[in-house]
Amino acid sequence: MGADGGNLSVRIWKGGAGGRLIEFEAPQRANQTVLDVVTWVQRHRDPGLAYRFACRVGMCGSCAMTVNGKPRWTCRTHVAKVAQDSRLTIEPLRNLPIVKDLACDMTVFFEKWRDARGRFEGRATRYDDIECIAPETPARQAVDAGIECINCAVCYAACDVVAWKPDYLGPAALNRVWTLQNDTRDAAQAERLAAVAGEAGCHNCHSQQGCTTHCPMSLNPTASIAGLKRAVFMAALRGEV
Amino acid sequence: MIRPHRHQPLWWAFALHRLSGLALAVFLPLHFLVLGSALNGEAVFDGVLAWSDFGLVKLAEMGLVFLLALHLLGGLRLLALEFLPWRDGQATLAAVAGSASAVIAFAFLFNAI
Ligand code: SF4
Ligand code: SF4
Ligand code: FES
Repeated sequence: MGADGGNLSVRIWKGGAGGRLIEFEAPQRANQTVLDVVTWVQRHRDPGLAYRFACRVGMCGSCAMTVNGKPRWTCRTHVAKVAQDSRLTIEPLRNLPIVKDLACDMTVFFEKWRDARGRFEGRATRYDDIECIAPETPARQAVDAGIECINCAVCYAACDVVAWKPDYLGPAALNRVWTLQNDTRDAAQAERLAAVAGEAGCHNCHSQQGCTTHCPMSLNPTASIAGLKRAVFMAALRGEV
Repeated sequence: MIRPHRHQPLWWAFALHRLSGLALAVFLPLHFLVLGSALNGEAVFDGVLAWSDFGLVKLAEMGLVFLLALHLLGGLRLLALEFLPWRDGQATLAAVAGSASAVIAFAFLFNAI
């Protein structure tokens, strides 16, 4: 594997929730990503194939799909790394409704960011000086560890708790919240902690680290969620939540 | 079938923690039943204890000790994960908990025979 030549046998999900896998043959190339294969099939075999991508360099988070059963960012996933006997099975992400074929509806995913108050809420105005935050402080380091999320929903698709309890806010939104709870400029931390302390919140997480195992940015949402659990616990001791 | 996204050590740690918890919930009442038989007089209790001399019963007891140790040590790992600052290497810690449980269970068996 790895050199040009030969064919890949690719099964691609077609249709909505009641769809099925359709088999295609695609040429095998050296340095080929899974997204390249999907694009080849769409250009040469099935122009109606729906899928989503934008940057193709692992920055936008729009190309995630299920590849041979695991959620992955397809633009940075080399076929040579994941094909089994030159076979690929490409499906839409789990835990999200399918729009069509490989494109799923990300609405719920982003609504959960909103419900978790995953938005920075500053207190400074344009007339204040820029706040200095020392890079070596523990809070700043905690932000650094979680900030590079590209909203790809790979972790969300890998999370069994999301599958079992669809209301659960999920690893990406909670990881985002943890970065904001460590942002010393943020003014809504008490409200945000309350937003993630409830029924759908951080205590649902079983710490299996499916999210951490699959996150293409090597983030650790499990650690962020554990941080939130501790913060909620301390706040509960103080009678704040 | 175990779906591919679950092929990672900490999913197994999760599954074993669940299964050992369920198994304990089923077997511990039996255990207490045996202890409770002591209340019905020495003879009944001795009778039950004699029955536990059978090899098969010893093996089952070893299994119970294994489940108990696994659930206890796995539970301690989770408590540490949730209440102490994060530390990497959770899969290694889970493996240590599993191996230690096996050692404890075998130690129990050799002690018992
Ligand atoms: S660690 Fe928590 S958030 Fe991550 S996949 Fe597991 S249950 Fe989901
Ligand atoms: S935490 Fe990782 S897997 Fe989840 S959305 Fe962000 S980048 Fe993707
Ligand atoms: S296309 Fe942007 S991350 Fe893959």
